[in-house]
Amino acid sequence: MTDNGPMLKVEDIHTYYGDSYVLQGLSLEIAEGQVMAVLGRNGMGKTTLIRSIIGFTKPRTGKVTFDGADITALQPHEIVKLGVALVPQGRRIFPSLTVMENLLLGEKEGSDDGGEEPWDMDRVLALFPRLKERLRNMGNQLSGGEQQMLAFARSLMTNPKMLLLDEPTEGLAPLLVRAMGETLSKLKESKLAILLVEQNMKFALASCDYVHVLNRGRVVHSSTPEELAANEEIKSRFLGV
Amino acid sequence: MTFWLTQIFNGVSYGAIVFLLAMGLSLIFGVMKVINVTHGTYFLVGAYFGLTTLKQTGNFFLAILIGGIAIAVMGIVIERVFLRRLQGNDLGQVLITMGFVLVLQDAILVIWGPDPVSMDAPKFLASTGRIGGFSFPMYRLFLIVFAAVTAAALWFFESRTKIGSSVRAAVDDVEMAGGMGVNVPVVFSLVFGLGSFLAGMSGVLAAPWLGIQAGLDFEILPFAFVAIIVGGMGSLKGAVVASLLVGIIDNLGKTFFPEFAYFTLFLPMAVILAIRPSGLFGRAM
Ligand SMILES: Nc1ncnc2c1ncn2[C@@H]1O[C@H](COP(=O)(O)OP(=O)(O)OP(=O)(O)O)[C@@H](O)[C@H]1O
Ligand SMILES: [Mg+2]
Repeated sequence: MTDNGPMLKVEDIHTYYGDSYVLQGLSLEIAEGQVMAVLGRNGMGKTTLIRSIIGFTKPRTGKVTFDGADITALQPHEIVKLGVALVPQGRRIFPSLTVMENLLLGEKEGSDDGGEEPWDMDRVLALFPRLKERLRNMGNQLSGGEQQMLAFARSLMTNPKMLLLDEPTEGLAPLLVRAMGETLSKLKESKLAILLVEQNMKFALASCDYVHVLNRGRVVHSSTPEELAANEEIKSRFLGV
Repeated sequence: MTFWLTQIFNGVSYGAIVFLLAMGLSLIFGVMKVINVTHGTYFLVGAYFGLTTLKQTGNFFLAILIGGIAIAVMGIVIERVFLRRLQGNDLGQVLITMGFVLVLQDAILVIWGPDPVSMDAPKFLASTGRIGGFSFPMYRLFLIVFAAVTAAALWFFESRTKIGSSVRAAVDDVEMAGGMGVNVPVVFSLVFGLGSFLAGMSGVLAAPWLGIQAGLDFEILPFAFVAIIVGGMGSLKGAVVASLLVGIIDNLGKTFFPEFAYFTLFLPMAVILAIRPSGLFGRAM
């Protein structure tokens, strides 16, 4: 592990889908233990940012560094092995795997170098006790809230150093949104770095240390959550509130 | 009664061959979304490899194994070198697999010649079994048992092993499987290798019954396609049930309406697909 350097460094990435130019020179950094929120309206490139980091859609130019290693050209499974975990938009639970199999799919031994207790089945189920009763169910037999818990839980089973969360509160009832917030604050106590992509501004600002606002594939505002909360102009121009 | 038993038995035996071929096709399509038109030709080339092995060693079971392994290696190379470059380009992939049909068919002519050949089953399987008034070739019973054991092994692999659950995850959502750390290129090679192995092996197994000759590849491939489309892509249970149906219906059709052989096979398929577009056991896609 590189000391003091950022956990994730995204430098001037330009990402396309065919001819469609989506990320137009985006840079950001996340430190160990930091929760970084990225806000933006529909279609502004939030998911594309996450896809560019995990390797689903490679940036055409620019560089992504994770934990000191250049991961720009690596395959997704190699990036995951290095310690990046994804909780994707829409959950993407595997329907023909049981809940148990979904959890075990990416299971990886944690290194306890930092003294932090590694994640295993017991610890993950203690965080999401609801899943314990569902272990034998198929992935497609869960409610939306349970699917979100499973998506979260299976990402922790890889013992990541960084989590990529793509709209984790999307479609959740208010009670579950609050539970998600509590889960996040528990995770923050470990040294996990978190990239939190959201449309739910209230939730994101309450959970993050720092926030970027995305508009048409560019960062148009960066500040502490308090500063953004007080900045009516940015909020109304780029977030529609 | 005996007449019907014989018809059904022959249908099930043919279904056993169709199943082995169809299962590989279904696995490959399920994970990689590649329509592998070469699959029938794998079957035929596998049979020739088996024939050569049998001539050299006199060992029929070694012939089955070599037929499977040779085609597995060939399939993995074709996937790695050609198909992988065209990922996402469905038409390009179909064209490549079509191209390999022509290349392999010509290679067969050069190496093994144009004449149909036969292959002998081992002596102990060449006998005729008898239950009451019903008599049957022992070899066809062997085919049924072999296919049943293979189906059980595949079921175990798919549902009870870690690699099996990675394969199912890749069938569900290949991108997200990679995002969970599944080594997708390795899964692709494994699945293509396994599917090709089954095709090559089934060619050798079919040889003592159907013989080996040019054109056999495209005679049997439509049956495998019908079986996986009716059974549902990627479904093991579907492939078993549909292969048996295809074998039995085809046999009865050829017996009663020989002039409408393909009609009797494709009419039930059209009816089933009209009622269940994703096949008997398939999920909606
Ligand atoms: N696979 C794709 N192919 C082509 N264009 C795409 C693809 N995925 C997204 N886009 C386009 O790229 C732009 C950015 O999409 P992206 O999914 O990153 O937005 P987002 O900020 O995550 O939106 P949302 O809040 O709705 O999830 C949009 O204009 C979208 O239409
Ligand atoms: Mg999105």
